[in-house]
Amino acid sequence: MKTWVTPGGVHPPENKHQSLTLPIGTLPIPEKLLIPLSQHIGTAAKPCVELGSAVLKGQKIAEAAGPVSVPMHAPTSGTISAIEHRPIAHSSGMLAPCIEITSDGKDQWQAHQGVADYKNASASTLLQAIAEAGIAGMGGAGFPSAVKLNPGRERPIHTLIVNATECEPYITADDSAIRERAAEIIEGIGILSQILGHPDNIMIGIEDNKPEAIEALEPHVQGSGISVRSFPTKYPSGGEKQLIYILTGQEIPSGGLPADIGMVCVNIGTTYAIKRAIVDGEPLISRVTTMTGDACGINRNYETLIGTAVSHMLEHSQFNEERCSRLVMGGPMMGFSLTSAEVPIVKTTNCILAPSYQEIPDDEPAQPCIRCGLCAEACPVSLLPQQLFWYSQAEDYERLEAHNLFDCIECGACSYVCPSNIPLVQYYRHSKGEIQKARAEKVKSDHARQRFEFHQQRMEQAERDKEAKRAARREAAEQAKATAGAANNSAAKATAEGQSGDSAADIIAAAQARAAARKVSPEQQLAKFERSIAGAEMRLQMAEEKLTEADAQQTDEQKNILVAAVEAARQKLEQAKGRLAEHIKEHKGEQVD
Amino acid sequence: MSFKQITSPHAHASQNTGKVMQLVLWATLPGLLALTYHFGWGSLINVLLATATAVVAEALIVQMRGRSVSFYLRDYSAAVTAVLLGLALPPLAPWWVVVVGTLSSIVIAKHLYGGLGYNPFNPAMVGYVVLLISFPIQMTSWVTPLALLPEGVSHPGLIESLSIVFAGYSPADGVTGPTPLDSFKYSDGLLVEQIYSQNQLFSQAGIAGVGWEWVNLGFLAGGLVLIGSRIFTWHGPVAMLAAIAIMSALFWDGGSSDSPGSPLMHLFSGASMMGAFFILTDPVSSTVSNRGRLIYGALIGVLVYIIRAWGNYPDAVAFAVLLANFAAPFIDNYTLPRTYGHIDRRRATEKGEEEKSK
Repeated sequence: MKTWVTPGGVHPPENKHQSLTLPIGTLPIPEKLLIPLSQHIGTAAKPCVELGSAVLKGQKIAEAAGPVSVPMHAPTSGTISAIEHRPIAHSSGMLAPCIEITSDGKDQWQAHQGVADYKNASASTLLQAIAEAGIAGMGGAGFPSAVKLNPGRERPIHTLIVNATECEPYITADDSAIRERAAEIIEGIGILSQILGHPDNIMIGIEDNKPEAIEALEPHVQGSGISVRSFPTKYPSGGEKQLIYILTGQEIPSGGLPADIGMVCVNIGTTYAIKRAIVDGEPLISRVTTMTGDACGINRNYETLIGTAVSHMLEHSQFNEERCSRLVMGGPMMGFSLTSAEVPIVKTTNCILAPSYQEIPDDEPAQPCIRCGLCAEACPVSLLPQQLFWYSQAEDYERLEAHNLFDCIECGACSYVCPSNIPLVQYYRHSKGEIQKARAEKVKSDHARQRFEFHQQRMEQAERDKEAKRAARREAAEQAKATAGAANNSAAKATAEGQSGDSAADIIAAAQARAAARKVSPEQQLAKFERSIAGAEMRLQMAEEKLTEADAQQTDEQKNILVAAVEAARQKLEQAKGRLAEHIKEHKGEQVD
Repeated sequence: MSFKQITSPHAHASQNTGKVMQLVLWATLPGLLALTYHFGWGSLINVLLATATAVVAEALIVQMRGRSVSFYLRDYSAAVTAVLLGLALPPLAPWWVVVVGTLSSIVIAKHLYGGLGYNPFNPAMVGYVVLLISFPIQMTSWVTPLALLPEGVSHPGLIESLSIVFAGYSPADGVTGPTPLDSFKYSDGLLVEQIYSQNQLFSQAGIAGVGWEWVNLGFLAGGLVLIGSRIFTWHGPVAMLAAIAIMSALFWDGGSSDSPGSPLMHLFSGASMMGAFFILTDPVSSTVSNRGRLIYGALIGVLVYIIRAWGNYPDAVAFAVLLANFAAPFIDNYTLPRTYGHIDRRRATEKGEEEKSK
């Protein structure tokens, strides 16, 4: 079978054999499990249990909140001992809402069963079951699977790609799962195929450094229409974009999704979870996680309950803290360092890496970039990392966007080869964040400006309308006076002219009478106008002062608000002055009259 | 338990800038050996003197800039600049020529622009051009190749060479002479064939000039090693050499008395190979993309030929490289690679709005 070759890529030492000497193991059930409510892309789940309530294994403890969200389930039986913010595994070390379960040690399942007659079930029934089982992509991103598998009618799927590449060094979670669970995985792929309306091509993409896994798959794919495609090992072949290109020679358009070109790409661990959900009715409450690195005496894969603390894994793996140079969740290329081991394993955690100082020493200080171009040779998406670095330092966001910064997949191949030890990916992340912030701010300030302009327009319109009304009123009054005079002279004639003219004159007369009644003395009115002018002047002065003080620290948006305030105050002042002028004019007119 | 917060990737290849530079230094060895064999101790003295000057100058400047001297010296970049300049200078040039050139390279061309990674011009070539313009006499007298020394005359020994360089002694008659490019340029009115038969520099040579062809082959060999070790890509050197070959073939003029010389002579004489593999491949001052390097290399090749054929200087690598350095950022703007998922390559000068309107 033909495969395509991506540009760039690197060949870091694989270090996969260490964790493959033993079969997938299990850990003792930890005393406490901490389940973060957001382990996926999308909205965090909403707790549906109360503090102190007892739960059974597999019982739903949090509901999906909205369409792009997944529910959470109890990984074991016990009681809900906390619903609060706790530190989770995140590169920022932030706190997030979590549910803590204190295990009762019985590990007692709730009653569960798979989808009845699933082979004849409709796609929507199956998708519903997958959503209910809380399945999100287990390869790393954690996108809700039911959403991914439902791309809509306008995007028919002709190719299903199952990602078994596992290109990151050290990680063997998928490899070992395939070796031991090939039949169930293939069954899961069959379910996916059913949901997607049996696409023309179903491929399992796998690197050629996993011959045992390939061998394990072969007997099960016979006659199933699924092809196992192996290709030369190179990091990062397991990126969704890279794998699709390797297997099909096609590229996902920038900013698009695989579904845009009729493809769906699913991690192979996810297919196993889908099988368990549909056939056995088990929600996603555990996953295979690799525990590896020289700082641990035992390197192997564990079927780990979601919510297990990393420290619990370390305790059972002969962890030696002295030797450990850093603690990484994920692989050595894209994983992020944990500052504390008291964070839980989540649905996307494929590896805990505890390397020794010999394996992964502390970083050398960065030297200047000499633009040697090794990074550009290593980049799998044909960017110019050295230029991106240069413009990141210069904070030249326009150039960064022209150099396609947002197509960077942050695989780390550039930093891996950089002879000057520059943390390139860190610069790109920072720049992406800054650009996104600037974009959001621009949207906000655009809104503020639009609001202000609209407001101004409205005020002007109101002023014009008022002016027009005044003119109309004046005219009507004059006319009424004239007609009243005329009516006195020839009432009979007016009656002859008809009902309408008469009634109009009546209305005008009545209005004049009302106005006269309302009228306060001109002196009183003058004083009122002057007070309002003085008030408006004061407000304008205050607003201007605020604006001049603000200049230095405040953002554009805040400034825009202040400018708008000054402008509004100024307008109010002008209106007040206008009213005064009007009054004086009218008053004079009255005197003349 | 608490652990360090460190950004990904955690794994790192063992390559570092110091090692890259050291490899470049080693790769100049075949060229240096050929120079020393054919032209005596002069080049070796140049290289050592330039290196010593460069290291001292670098250390002083780094100190003045308040940076860590040991950290910056460990990148070997000053040594590479100095070695390349030393190789380009005429053997047995007076010591102050070497010192002035090296100081121009390190202090002016490199550190005044911000140090390693920030210099827009190739430092070694800036030093060379400063010398060529300031001291034309010292810079244009070359040593006669070993094979063409008059009878009874030999290249000065090490001690004698040192006294020539440092104490201003004059070398013996016949020890200095023109280069092949020199003598070809000033052999007006002769057919190429006549020059080749009358001038020993060519008549006793294999392809392009006694001694010189070996020097060029030496640099070619070193350059190929560097391409093989992926220190730089083939694009720049191949484009430059191809441009020289094409230009000299186009204007060969059948070997008439107006002919500027054959492709072989232009490729294997003067500083062609050294320029192609060791000068234009300086990553800091050249273009960044492979496509950009093709244009950059070709531009240098064309400029080298134009200056050699119709300019006032017999060789032109330094000028050509510096001119192309000017053009490098411009070339970079229009030679971005096509990124995954994009239909076409973009321009670096593109504004946000343009992209949206597409």
